[in-house]
Amino acid sequence: MSKFRKVAGLALFAALIAAPALAGKVGLGREALPEEIAAWDIDVRPDGAGLPPGKGSVKDGEQLYLQQCATCHGEFGEGAGRWPVLVGGQGTLKSEGPEKTIGSFWPYASTTFDYIKRAMPYGNARSLSDDDVYAITAFLLNQNGIVKDDFVLSKENFSKVKLPNEQAFYHDDREKAERHFWQKDPCMKNCKADAKVTGRARMVDVTPEDGKSIKVE
Amino acid sequence: MDQDPQFQKSRRGFLGGLGATAAGLSLAQTGSARSATKPDPVITEIQDWNRYLGDGVAANPYGKPSKFEKNVVRRDVEWLTASRESSVNFTPLHALDGIITPNGLCFERHHGGSPEIDPSKHRLMINGLVDKPLVFSMDDLKRFPGRVNKVFFLECAANGGMEWKGAQLNGCQFTHGMVHNVMYTGIPLKVLLDEAGVKTNGKWVMPEGADSSAMTRSIPIEKAMQDCLVVWGMNGEALRQEQGYPLRIVVPGWEGNMWVKWLRRIEVGDQPWHHREETSKYTDLLADGRSRRFTWIMDAKSVVTNPSPQAPLTQKGPNVLSGLAWSGRGTIRRVDVTIDGGKNWQTARIDGPVLPMSLTRFYVDINWDGREMLIQSRAMDETGYVQPTKDELRKVRGLNSIYHNNGIQTWLVRSNGETENVEIS
Repeated sequence: MSKFRKVAGLALFAALIAAPALAGKVGLGREALPEEIAAWDIDVRPDGAGLPPGKGSVKDGEQLYLQQCATCHGEFGEGAGRWPVLVGGQGTLKSEGPEKTIGSFWPYASTTFDYIKRAMPYGNARSLSDDDVYAITAFLLNQNGIVKDDFVLSKENFSKVKLPNEQAFYHDDREKAERHFWQKDPCMKNCKADAKVTGRARMVDVTPEDGKSIKVE
Repeated sequence: MDQDPQFQKSRRGFLGGLGATAAGLSLAQTGSARSATKPDPVITEIQDWNRYLGDGVAANPYGKPSKFEKNVVRRDVEWLTASRESSVNFTPLHALDGIITPNGLCFERHHGGSPEIDPSKHRLMINGLVDKPLVFSMDDLKRFPGRVNKVFFLECAANGGMEWKGAQLNGCQFTHGMVHNVMYTGIPLKVLLDEAGVKTNGKWVMPEGADSSAMTRSIPIEKAMQDCLVVWGMNGEALRQEQGYPLRIVVPGWEGNMWVKWLRRIEVGDQPWHHREETSKYTDLLADGRSRRFTWIMDAKSVVTNPSPQAPLTQKGPNVLSGLAWSGRGTIRRVDVTIDGGKNWQTARIDGPVLPMSLTRFYVDINWDGREMLIQSRAMDETGYVQPTKDELRKVRGLNSIYHNNGIQTWLVRSNGETENVEIS
């Protein structure tokens, strides 16, 4: 290869690698159309942002709930088997068996609407109308004692609904509250007088057979 | 009889450092090889594999582990969840070594089953508070400049969640197996966000999955711009279906639930969304009835994988104690190991790459005389965080938090080598 051609080749390569930097944009992809955004952007926030137009009553919600939800969540939201409990549990959060329901634990009603709309009923997502989702949400709020029997939930009144446990949540404070877990020199010698076994997994006996600990002959 | 020099070294290294306990251990066994009385037939008789032709090259177009490794599989705990489509299984940590988790053994967690997605029908949308909402095909994404390869651990926030009230499951696969470590191939999320142009009031992003749970989480824009990736490759090949094929988000050091799989959309907003997986789930209920939210970082943690209940000791004498350590805050600086339930500790030997927010492998070469041992490991990360005991953790967090149990694990090794998950005083 002549010297000239080598130089020309390098220049061409340099031009190639520089191309993506033009104007700071790569230029891949295309602009999303409004219809496409509308089809996917269904998320709802606590301030009501993202709620679609519509409404639904506690009464309609009860019928829909019994048809669409009760098999797993129980007729009264008590949860069948290990499916999530949705109703009750107030006053249990400090107990040995806390029941974390919409009424006892969840901070925002919007979470209920958002999740039903995006993922419920389980195995048949996106099959409910917006009015259906309003109605089922209204029914669950009613069962949790948050709204009255004749309540109609709508886009307009949604953000007025407050859940009782909202104020009990606070941002991660581990770096302050657990500051003592940062230590310069953890103990290496004679760190404690004794170490006695106080609990054994074997006594609980819930490990699946296939994976159980191996007996040594 | 001559002693293996490596063995002598290891005896001095580990057992010499443990004071009174070590003295007893190191005296019990010498390193002498056993003698045989009869010739070994696998040596003296010609074996089939030595005489006959093996498989041809096309026998396994995609190679699989030897059939003798059939027990090295993911396992689930059926009673944990209501259905297998919204459930979890566990990485067999006790049967693996090094730091990389093989693709087929990475634990699974789905909220609406693992969908089969045709990559030609997969799209990634970026919308919300951006100058120009964009749609990308998989081909578009793979043409972006700035492709990177990075190793990160992914740990489910609920890893060890069954152990808050006491020792429950007998095996590190079940107590610690909701973690895996993979080298990802993809592009920084920042590249895509810059392409769309984040508006000045864009403070949060929300990745969303294409699966039937349409998984969503809120991530602050600083983290999204700092080190999050959008990836299509794991350990050199395409993502496995159960790990998000064809596209997932990587959120280094932060809880696995945020690493949305089957990623189809990223919305930019000015507030967090407070969706199901960051309110009713993945918040930490404390003893006073209040709850921490946005507990994204995975605290430093470690576990001895060998010996463990599924991988007991079977021989006295030289044995390799091994384990894994990791931290969501950076690199592992040190791992200490005790065999007497925490009275005395010895710093373990770390081997292999020590990478930020990656599993890190440690070893202690021991010489076991058959005495009972209470084995623990304690990780320390580059920020000086020291993995707490379970009791220290319970003192701050109570028993109901489910998530973020990074307390020190204890294995009781009995005199016959059987190993149990226990708690100690």
